[in-house]
Amino acid sequence: MSSGGARPLAPWRWLGVPMLYVIAATMVFAVPMRFWGLGLPEPVFALPVVFAWAVIRPSMLAPVGVMTMGFFLDLIWGSPIGFWAVCLLLPYGIVLGARSILAGQNQVMMWVWYGLSTALAIGAGYLFTMLDTQNAPYPASVGWQFLATVVLYPFADRLIDRFEDADVRFR
Amino acid sequence: MSLRDNPLGELKVPLTWTAGIVFIVVLIASVAILLSDRREAFDTDAYGNPRTMADRVMAPVGDALSTPGRLTGQGVDGIRGYFFAVSENRRLRVELENMRQWRDVAIALRDTNERYRTVLGLKTDPPIPMATARIVTDSRGPFANSRLANAGSEKGIKPGNPVMSENGLVGRIVGVTEGVSRVLLLTDAASRTPVMIDRTNSRAILTGDGGPNPKLEYLRGQDPVKSGDRILTSGDGGVFPRGLPVGVAVKGLDGRWRVVLASDKAAVDFVRILLFEDFTQVADTRKLQHTAPPPPTPGATTLPPPVPATVPAAGASIPATPAPAGATAGGASPAPRTTPPAQPVARATTPAAKTTTPTPKAATPAQPAAKASVPPAKTATPPARPTATPAPKAPAPKTTQPSGGPP
Repeated sequence: MSSGGARPLAPWRWLGVPMLYVIAATMVFAVPMRFWGLGLPEPVFALPVVFAWAVIRPSMLAPVGVMTMGFFLDLIWGSPIGFWAVCLLLPYGIVLGARSILAGQNQVMMWVWYGLSTALAIGAGYLFTMLDTQNAPYPASVGWQFLATVVLYPFADRLIDRFEDADVRFR
Repeated sequence: MSLRDNPLGELKVPLTWTAGIVFIVVLIASVAILLSDRREAFDTDAYGNPRTMADRVMAPVGDALSTPGRLTGQGVDGIRGYFFAVSENRRLRVELENMRQWRDVAIALRDTNERYRTVLGLKTDPPIPMATARIVTDSRGPFANSRLANAGSEKGIKPGNPVMSENGLVGRIVGVTEGVSRVLLLTDAASRTPVMIDRTNSRAILTGDGGPNPKLEYLRGQDPVKSGDRILTSGDGGVFPRGLPVGVAVKGLDGRWRVVLASDKAAVDFVRILLFEDFTQVADTRKLQHTAPPPPTPGATTLPPPVPATVPAAGASIPATPAPAGATAGGASPAPRTTPPAQPVARATTPAAKTTTPTPKAATPAQPAAKASVPPAKTATPPARPTATPAPKAPAPKTTQPSGGPP
């Protein structure tokens, strides 16, 4: 195992496994349960993973993975097919383009960047819903989902820490 | 082989570009799929195979995941019932005394209602069959609010069927497959439900926006709604039956009227799916097809020129206003299509008292003569004002102008 660090990063490790975690977490949070009269929040578990994938390295498989997770969210949540795929791909592309700027930033600044990418995804969802239904979504619900998603940054940070230096070609 | 010997180790720039191209291609494909989605159609074909298959896969998974929580909740309820049995018993006794009084009132009202129905010959809607289901997944984000229920086409469920909890309306079915169906909640941004305010009978459209309290839109009239008014389904459009409880009106923080949903009083775990389609289901369509055609419109160009002697008897000679089989009183009339054309009927029931008109000189005096002799308060629909009719050259209309018209 001494030569493990020199091997190219296996896609299933940094793409497949996090995607399965996202699917599992989303399914668990879709359970119809109430605690003291309140339902569970509905964070977008895919966003930390999408952010981390864009930061870790450019990849040909990652956009396909983002699209797959988006389709899964559409199917489980009942939104139009392609809705979350587009909402997730937009921040992925922005963060991928700004990858050189993000390099070397401290954790707080990365969290701010993550918050901006979350706002972009949810803002795009707000716009698409308005166009689709001719009806503006309730701002408090949008803000609640934004907050529930922003607090998930530690998962993205852990993923970045684990795989950012895993492939020396992209240091 | 070390990385230094790997020829692919120097492919940093090409891989970046390739990744960018793949990203653009995937983005374009996603946008195209989003634009081609026909979710707003809400019919079986538009729901699509991917959604059908995904629902079929996710329903048992969601059912398995929700089982521990459901069993825990039942256990907690059991323990709570054991420890709070005495206080609950007291509360139930008080409630039972109140309910007994209401039972007496209900029996009296039922008796009165039955007499009224008998007198009026009123046809009421037949009972609607139902299917029971359990909710297995729940999405509650700002952009989509829907649930999966573990009953599907095998129970006769179809898209459009209303879904109720024990407390009130929850939503309607938008997708069905074997063993599972998807419920679009009233709070979904794409949900529109015709409702009425119970106190004033005013109509509105309940519009979801992803929040907990959907909006009341298209309200008409002065002060049609007050805080605390009960909101029911109006039955307009035939999507929902009339009178299903929806919730209570409240003034939102944004100044708009909103509805606190009755179904939010408790967790929605079991639902009743009403196997209701539209009013054609409850009407006797075979009978409707044999309804007599409406009488010809007096004054129409297809009629022959009127004979003066027959003018006075014109009203009495068309008594056969089609008594529609389904034209029953009340808003729940199950046969809206059978409403006869009102104007010809109103014009046809002319009295003979004011028909002492002289012989009209004009060639087309039938329409003014017939309209001008409409009796007051004998027709259900107000006739057209005489001034709206073309001014006839004959003197007949002058003598037969109704002085006041119907009240």
